[in-house]
Amino acid sequence: MTVTPSARDYSLVGESARRAVESGLAAAEWYHTDIPRKQMKELMQRSDAPAIRDTAIWLGLLVAFGAAGAALWGSWWCVPFFLCYGVLYGSATDARWHECGHGTAFKTQWMNDAVYQIACFMIMRNPVTWRWSHTRHHTDTVIVGRDPEIAVMRPPDLLRVVLNFFGLLDAWHAMVDMVRNAAGVIGKEEATFIPESEQPRAIRIARIWLAIYLATIALALYLGSWLPLMLVGLPRLYGAWHHVLTGLLQHGGLADNVVDHRLNSRTVLMNPVSRFIYWNMNYHVEHHMFPMVPYHALPRLHEMIKHDLPAPSQSMWAGYREMLPAFLRQLRNEDYFIKRELPPTARPYREEFHSEAALAAQ
Amino acid sequence: MSDWIEACAADDIDEEDVLRFDHAGRTFAIYRSPEDEFFATDGLCTHEQIHLSQGLVMGDIIECPKHNGRFNYKTGAARGAPVCVNLRTYPVKVDDGKVFIRMAD
Repeated sequence: MTVTPSARDYSLVGESARRAVESGLAAAEWYHTDIPRKQMKELMQRSDAPAIRDTAIWLGLLVAFGAAGAALWGSWWCVPFFLCYGVLYGSATDARWHECGHGTAFKTQWMNDAVYQIACFMIMRNPVTWRWSHTRHHTDTVIVGRDPEIAVMRPPDLLRVVLNFFGLLDAWHAMVDMVRNAAGVIGKEEATFIPESEQPRAIRIARIWLAIYLATIALALYLGSWLPLMLVGLPRLYGAWHHVLTGLLQHGGLADNVVDHRLNSRTVLMNPVSRFIYWNMNYHVEHHMFPMVPYHALPRLHEMIKHDLPAPSQSMWAGYREMLPAFLRQLRNEDYFIKRELPPTARPYREEFHSEAALAAQ
Repeated sequence: MSDWIEACAADDIDEEDVLRFDHAGRTFAIYRSPEDEFFATDGLCTHEQIHLSQGLVMGDIIECPKHNGRFNYKTGAARGAPVCVNLRTYPVKVDDGKVFIRMAD
């Protein structure tokens, strides 16, 4: 049997999108590890306390580092403070918009909404657009033509990956989208996942944000100083590296077009600082399989179902040692992917979904 | 058809919880509120075809297990993105420890 290389069309309105719908890959039924209802309910229970604590630490540090950086502006001593401020602004917000968007971080909904709006502004993701795009990401995780949040497409564009460690392409696209939305235009692809009734809200928020950025630029010009932009906007660039470092590991190098999160998502054990910044999203297989489990319960969920999952990568370094060679191999054969081994205690993958892809990957 | 259909025993559902009930090719969700009242809705989220019986009941709210879509299960009202369409509700009665629902035509 001859297998021709697949041509992937990542457009949400292209050929792969059409094929995904026709083949039943879109909005499919996904594999879930069995968990008794009583335990599942316990895991899904909401609590305000952990997120209030973590948010107080996050905002407290953000203000402290920002104030120290501003006070020392003009000397090299401001650099370490801005480096910390940047990570809290340009990376920690990636996890916070995400968790609060799921509505699981806090028990109290207005707290989820408030942190969601703040974090979305900092990470430059329109809160309406991204709520709906992330909904699609969970429905059709790494389904080509359906998932709008595939970070590394095949064949991998490694230059784009490197530039995004400094937020360059992401922030540029975010700015273009913001200006376009502020002008009242919703893109063709955005329209595939944002309901018409929600689109005016996306436009209204884009206009508010544009006004804030213009005011910040005006203040910088008035003061003749970069400082206002070091505090608002630029941290999305100089502080982006951590969220890219952790985010690439979520699905990088793994299978696409499968309906089992054990095959297309990666759990990575991480140091406590990264886990605080990342709000435990290193437990990514668990998060995708059960997205309504709050971040603070993911370590418990991991312990409960690890018998049914591939072994986690033991560190970020181990994750990258697995992922980077896969990216390089995908440059030559975009059908290649890492098929993670299951432990003997796990229920097997449904091979009927993967046999063709596995053949093409050889 | 407007007959009452036996869905489950009242004790099958914990307080503030939900149970799936399939009948005649359709799927329903039966709820027991914290006040020990019973309610019934269509079993699938109106956003995407996800069984609500896997979700979390919080007071009057059922939360879809996939995308956090929330409904008031007593009225069927959608309570915010990503759900925009209300859930259909059904009359429920409890008789001799059994829960019955009445299906609309």
